[in-house]
Order: sequence, then C-alpha cells, then structure tokens
Amino acid sequence: MSILRENTVPVEQKAMGPVVRRRLTPTVIVYLALVALLVVGSVLVGLRGEVLLDQGGILNILTRATALGLVAIGQTMVILTGSLDLSVAYLVGLTSLIAAETMAGRDGMLVPGVLLALAVAAGVGLVNGLVITVLKANAFIATLGVALILRGYLEDNYTGPAGDVPRGFQHLGYDRIGPIPVAALLMLAAAALAWWYLSRTRPGYHMYAVGGDIEVARLSGVPTRRVIVTAHVLCSLAAGLTGIYLASRLGSGAPYVGTDAGYDLESIAAVVLGGTLLAGGRGGVVGTIGGVLILATLDTIFDDLEVDPFFKDVVRGVVLVTAVALYARRMIASRGRGRLA
Amino acid sequence: MTWRPRLAEGTAPVLVVLFVLLLGLAIAGPAYAEPSGYLALLKRAAPLMILAIGQYFVIVSGGFDLSVGALVTAGVVIAARLINGSESATARVILLVLGFGLLVGLVNGLVTTKLLVPSFIVTLGMLLVLDGAIFLWTGGAPRGALSAGFRMFGRGAVEVPVLGEVPWSVLILLAILVAAALFMRGGTGRALVAVGDNEAAVRLSGGQVDRLRLLAFVLSGLLAAVAAILLGGFAGVSAQVGDGLEFRAITAVVLGGVLLGGGRGSVVAAAAGALSLESLFTLLNLLGVSGALESAVQGVIIIAAVAYASLGSGVRQRLRWWPKQRSSAAPAQPASS
Repeated sequence: MSILRENTVPVEQKAMGPVVRRRLTPTVIVYLALVALLVVGSVLVGLRGEVLLDQGGILNILTRATALGLVAIGQTMVILTGSLDLSVAYLVGLTSLIAAETMAGRDGMLVPGVLLALAVAAGVGLVNGLVITVLKANAFIATLGVALILRGYLEDNYTGPAGDVPRGFQHLGYDRIGPIPVAALLMLAAAALAWWYLSRTRPGYHMYAVGGDIEVARLSGVPTRRVIVTAHVLCSLAAGLTGIYLASRLGSGAPYVGTDAGYDLESIAAVVLGGTLLAGGRGGVVGTIGGVLILATLDTIFDDLEVDPFFKDVVRGVVLVTAVALYARRMIASRGRGRLA
Repeated sequence: MTWRPRLAEGTAPVLVVLFVLLLGLAIAGPAYAEPSGYLALLKRAAPLMILAIGQYFVIVSGGFDLSVGALVTAGVVIAARLINGSESATARVILLVLGFGLLVGLVNGLVTTKLLVPSFIVTLGMLLVLDGAIFLWTGGAPRGALSAGFRMFGRGAVEVPVLGEVPWSVLILLAILVAAALFMRGGTGRALVAVGDNEAAVRLSGGQVDRLRLLAFVLSGLLAAVAAILLGGFAGVSAQVGDGLEFRAITAVVLGGVLLGGGRGSVVAAAAGALSLESLFTLLNLLGVSGALESAVQGVIIIAAVAYASLGSGVRQRLRWWPKQRSSAAPAQPASS
C-alpha cells in the first residue's frame, strides 16, 4: 500500500549503544534544534536591537504554528500508516468556505456550520481511504486525484472569499491568554489527543503496525483497511478544523487559503522534519509539533530580520533535506538496507 | 495473442485510452480531420511528454522527482534574464540551461543516494530551494526576454521532405523518445527497471544501484531543462510556466501504467500517458467544459486509471503468470512496446 516502501529494518540498534540511541531520538534532536534556533535567532534579532521572544514574537510564532500544526497532526497519522495525503490544502479551503457560508453571519448557525464542515471533511477522508483500500489506488495518486476534484469544484464555484463568520466566532481566531493564542492551545490539545491515541490505544498501535509492514500487520490480525481509512478520516478532520480556524481568523471562507500556504507539501515537510519516517511506522505527533515550531520560528526570525521572503524557501528546503539526511544517517547504520523511495 | 507479449505490462490500456481520445478529437473538432491538427497537438504536448519521459526514469527506478516543475520555471527565467533579447547569447544560454538541469539532477541524485534521504523529500527540498532562489535572483518578477533563436525550438517549424512543415519540438520529442526507448532496451535501461523492482537483488548481483539511480535523476533534470527550452519558446517568459508540472508529469507516467515505486512499465507508455493527458485537455476544451472543471475530470481519470491497473493486474497476473512464475531477481519486463 505504501508508495514509499523502505526496507529499513531496525536491527542496527546495537551499533551505537542503546542508551545514547534512545536519548537522541529524532524527536529529541528536533527540540534541541528548536532551542538552538531560538537562541541563535534571539542573538541575531538582538543585534538589531529588537527582541525575538517578546509578546509579539511568541504570538507570531504560535499563530503561524496553529494552522500548519493542525494539518500536520493529521498528516502525521496518515504518514505513520505508510500513506500520505495531498488533498489537505484544497480541503482546508473547502471547509473554510462551508463553515463561513453556513454561518452566514448568524450566531445561531455557528454549531451547524462547524459540524457541517467537519462532516464534509470526514467524507473526503473516507473517500481518500476507500479509494486507497478498496480501489487499491496508490495513496499518492488517490489523494492527488481527490485534490484535483476538490480543486475543480472550488474553481468552478468560487472566485474569491465567500460567506461570513459571526463576530462571536472570530474570538476563536483572535483571543489570547497573555501572549498565547487560545487557538494555539486548542491545537496543542489536539496534538495531545493525537499523541494519546497513537501511543496509548490499540487503534493507534495498529497505525504503527500497518506503517511498519502492512503484510505482517495483516497476518497478525490487524484490520489494515480499517486502520488506513481511519487515519485518512482523522487527517481530513484535522484539515477541516484548520479550515474552520482560518475562517474564524479571516472572517470569511477563502477557496485558496490552503493552497496559497502550500499546506499539502508543507505539512509533509513538517512531519518529516519532526522525525517521522516518510515510509511510515516510526515517528509521532510530538516530533511533528517540534517540526512545525521550527518552521514557524524560522519564518518569524526572517520577518524580524527583514530577509527577502524568497530566501525563506531556500532555507526551508535546505533545512528539510539536512534534517532528514541526519535522521537517515542515524537510522541506517549499514548501506544496502536503504530502499529510498 | 501473437503481438501481445511485445507490449510491456500495463501499456495496452493507455494506448486504448489514447486511441479513444484521438477519435473523440476527430469527431469533436474539425481541425483534427487532417494531420496538421494532430501535429499541433503533438507540438503542444511535447514539453509534457519530455517531462514524463524524464520522470519515468526516476519513477521506474523507485523514486520521485518533484523538482521538475520548479526546474522548468528556473530554466525559462534564467534563459530570459541571461539572453535579454540578444541573439548572440542564445547558443551559450541553451547550453547553460541544459547544464543547470544536469546539475540539479546530479544534486538530487547525490543527496538521494549518498545521504540516504528519500527522493520525495530531496526533490521537495529542491523545489523549495529553486523556487526561492530564482525569485530571490530576479527580485520577484522575471526580467529580460528570450531571443527569436531560443524561441524557435518551442514554436518554430522546419521543412521536412514528405511530411512538410514539422515543428521543431516534435522532432526533438521524437529523437528523445526513440533514444529513451532504445536506452530502456539496453542493459543499463533494464538494470534501471530492476533497481525499482528489487534493489537488494540488483545490489547482490553486483549492479551499481547508486550509479543507476543517479543516472535517472540526471536524465530527469536534463529532460526538464529541454522541456523548459521548449516551453519558454512556446509560452514565453512567466514565473508560473512550471507550476504544477511535476504532478502533471507524475500523473502522465502513472496514466501510462508505470507503477509508482518502480519496477514496472515502459517509457513509451509514459509518453503516451502524457499525450493522452494533453488530448484530454484539448477534448474537454473542444466540448466546452469549463477550464475550472478540467482538474476535476483529470482527478477522476487518474484515480480510475490507477484503480483499473491495480485491480486488473491481480486478475491478469494470475491468468498470465501463474504457469511460469517470475523469478524476482530478473528484470520485470523488457520495457518495450
């Protein structure tokens, strides 16, 4: 099922001494890198006579991290099961429109709007999952196809922002406790929930099993199809939440809010930066949040330094490849085992 | 059944689809009643077909190249800025663009094989780097202009005996296609497919796995540069010229029955997939389907094609391969058609 089969068998554990290896998991590296980035960034911004981590800076980082974080949490689950989802960007736009248009400025329609957006998101996730499991289409193509269908719908029906979010709902996007936006806390709560689901429940374990080796999982009695469909539904729900959050921030729905930010490839980058194997079976939400925070911090630092926005992309690309090269070095002790998709 | 084994697995459906689409074009559009219409179609499709051929090399050896769209944009923007309308610089800049494509492919390949980073990530990183770097260099908007000599390859035509006027891009496409088909019939081509099918087996039998994959990325980069030259000539300078081409090329390759993950499929079928995609867009256009719905139709079709291929292959495989089981060490199928 996975397009990115990788014959990396974790048998090389003895090579470096188990204790060191356990301490320096990719997750730990991500957070160490985040701290280092914050220190370096603070110094660089400090040289200009400004402060990186003042109220505005923290707010900036967390606001940037919220939307991408939500998408990336879902993407983590899908990638862990050995799949991937390229349809999230258009789904974010679609759900923002559904939420905003259903609400149409009326406070009473707040809950129906949110529920309808989530229902549509779950439906899209179900389609993704079923196309992959029942029609046996490759995840890359299946979700790319669904993304194109969503894009066609959006392009056919919308030319710009539509719908209207009631004032009360905008609190979700703008309220904060001190420098910390409420929405960021909700995102972290979602991450905690996902962490609990993946590491403390049976269906969560099944996701790792399916991502590790789908045949072994199937032979061990794991309902692999159901696991993959569940992962895709959860991923789409996360994208739906992102759409709702962005609708609340923008005050209306916007068809290309997800694609303009490149949430499809960006979320995959964040997940992989967070130490999750693209081939599935290893990693987790904690690392993903670290990866998202690194990307958000980089953006904020560059903004403070007034660096050309295009330079950000260059750095992002280099950081991504370097990080994954680092993890790969640590994962694959001996050559010849790596089947790199 | 006498001709059938000559087709690589998965090639037949795309040829049927292509035939139906071309037939549809002939019925829907009066322009397609004569060869010149098809020649124009081929000219339009040439860049995508060349990209698909490049992408085929990478996909069949088990990888992805997401950087080709950004590379096409980079090629066009670089050429426009360096030529800046002066005819004398044309030849030099064309070589430079080809060299740039080669270099990008080389970096993609080296990072994938030496640093053990999955190619999906490497080429995604390359996409970001190229996009950012090109716009950094040009300051946000492409500047300069292409010379007539440069644009000739994309939109010019040359007088060929018997056939009459044939666009340059069609000739270039045919040359590349023939070269690619011959290459895939040779030892190196077969080894490339084998790497996608079973890398460990190739390694154990002494094949140069890393070198083969590097070659695939270099070819993909080089062909993306060729596509950039054709597209720059055909469509002119814009910063959006390569947008989404990577996904379109991958779609085309998959439509051609090539297995993502590698090991199966033929290069001619990949090119046929690209031509089918372009014919489909043309047909939708002729039928008056709004441009907005085009992508939706594309989405449905690629899902259907892949689902057909993977659902069908189980049945086909059982019927055809049960008596003589394939040994896993051998290359899957000679890539030919």
